[in-house]
Amino acid sequence: MSLEDKRLRPLLDLSKQVDIITGMVLKSEDFRYYNAAVHMSGGVVSHVHRKVYLPTYGMFDEQRYFAAGDRVRSFECSGVRSGLLVCEDTWHLSTAYLLFVQGISLLVCISSSPGRGVLANPGADLAPGSVASWHDLLRTVAEYTTCYVAYCNRLGYEDGVNFWGGSSVYRPDGQVVVEAGESAELVMAEIDLREVERQRLATPLLRDEKIEFTLRELERIWNERTDGPY
Amino acid sequence: MSAPTVPTRPASEPLDSGELEINAMLVESILVGFLRKEVHRVGFQKVVLGLSGGVDSGLVAGLAAKALGPANVIGVSMPYRMSNPQSLADARVVAERFGVQLRVFEITPQVDAYFEAHPGADDTRRGNKMARERMTILYDQSSAENALVVGTSNKTELLLGYGTIFGDMASALNPLGDLYKSQVWQLAAHVGVPEQVIRKPPSADLWEGQSDEQELGFAYAAVDRLLFYLVDKRFSADELVEMGHDPGFVEAVTRRMRVNQYKRRPPIIAKLSARTIDREFRYPRDWGV
Repeated sequence: MSLEDKRLRPLLDLSKQVDIITGMVLKSEDFRYYNAAVHMSGGVVSHVHRKVYLPTYGMFDEQRYFAAGDRVRSFECSGVRSGLLVCEDTWHLSTAYLLFVQGISLLVCISSSPGRGVLANPGADLAPGSVASWHDLLRTVAEYTTCYVAYCNRLGYEDGVNFWGGSSVYRPDGQVVVEAGESAELVMAEIDLREVERQRLATPLLRDEKIEFTLRELERIWNERTDGPY
Repeated sequence: MSAPTVPTRPASEPLDSGELEINAMLVESILVGFLRKEVHRVGFQKVVLGLSGGVDSGLVAGLAAKALGPANVIGVSMPYRMSNPQSLADARVVAERFGVQLRVFEITPQVDAYFEAHPGADDTRRGNKMARERMTILYDQSSAENALVVGTSNKTELLLGYGTIFGDMASALNPLGDLYKSQVWQLAAHVGVPEQVIRKPPSADLWEGQSDEQELGFAYAAVDRLLFYLVDKRFSADELVEMGHDPGFVEAVTRRMRVNQYKRRPPIIAKLSARTIDREFRYPRDWGV
């Protein structure tokens, strides 16, 4: 649907009370369909993230249907400089990095992550193997961006695929603040900007980050890759 | 169902699933949720399944009883006159253990009536016919009881094509299709399938004295390990031979998997229009429910 679709109205009305982020299939004016995450605040759409990395391998076939986004921009969510990613985006280090250097304090990731991997594992609790990978990733992203990370995942079954829920929030030091179980529930977590400040004093990764160095090296790598006769 | 020429190994210790060992508590929880959600979402409360007295259907009966309540699970035993009487006895033990209904319908009259006209039919034809007679009964019960047919084919059978297309392979939903036989044994023990059912040598029981492992020509434990590396872990046949697997065995299994691909797919449709079912018209089964 487009952002003008009247079905968004009830959510937009609610966003006058609390900021809302939702996933949707976003149709552009030129009829491209995006897998998108939309932030609503004060009754209007205030930010849109179009999923950049569309998984098309194994059980996934998103590039068959969706156009890929080409940017990650920070935005303000309830007074906090934030970034928004959709599922697979988070697995590509570039997205979190680009938001990190934009100075975000909160990274929100929404996903429909299917559970898979059920082999016995001494450390595994009652969760598929893919869950442990996600938690490792989110924890690590939080710690290395010194941001809060809020993760919201789908629950239930479709066509034999199970979605494992487990929505969670991580502190800027990578510790879990709150984690939902396997059933539908509301989880709350406080985003304390002083905690971000304390973490960035203790571990000044953002202060010391060298964008120019990254840019120069990326440019060199790109040139080397695209150079040559073939 | 011709057996490949490979060294036959008898049924090995069925509960030793080795590197295929599953997190049984997790799998049970996923499968119980799967059965409950996928049955309820299409407007059904009940399921019907063929209860052979074997471990696969015994396990599905247990999972379905947990998911839907025992009263909503209808087990149907459909013996032929040459079936091992122990099979029906075991089906009763399973039904009793999980508190599910058991109905018994003999398939001897209709099967014999057909083969009277085809006395030369071999065991494979007879076995397939029996499997399809059973399917028609399950789907009739499905209609009579407003109950979905739950399948019991496991991943080993599906990959090897060790099943009858439109017979025992027919169902509306299948909780076991992504579990190898070794894993079925493990989960069955966890879910509480009676020991005598788990421990007996697997048999399709299409004729007297039939044994899966004899007919296939290899032990489930061995073929499961091979399939796990071929399919799940994407090792090549050459790599598996390098790892020490018998080249003839690897060849027989890969060939069997390939030639039976048709059983795992819906019938192919001749493409004519710009939007053909399953080619461009690709909605999931749960579309709109």
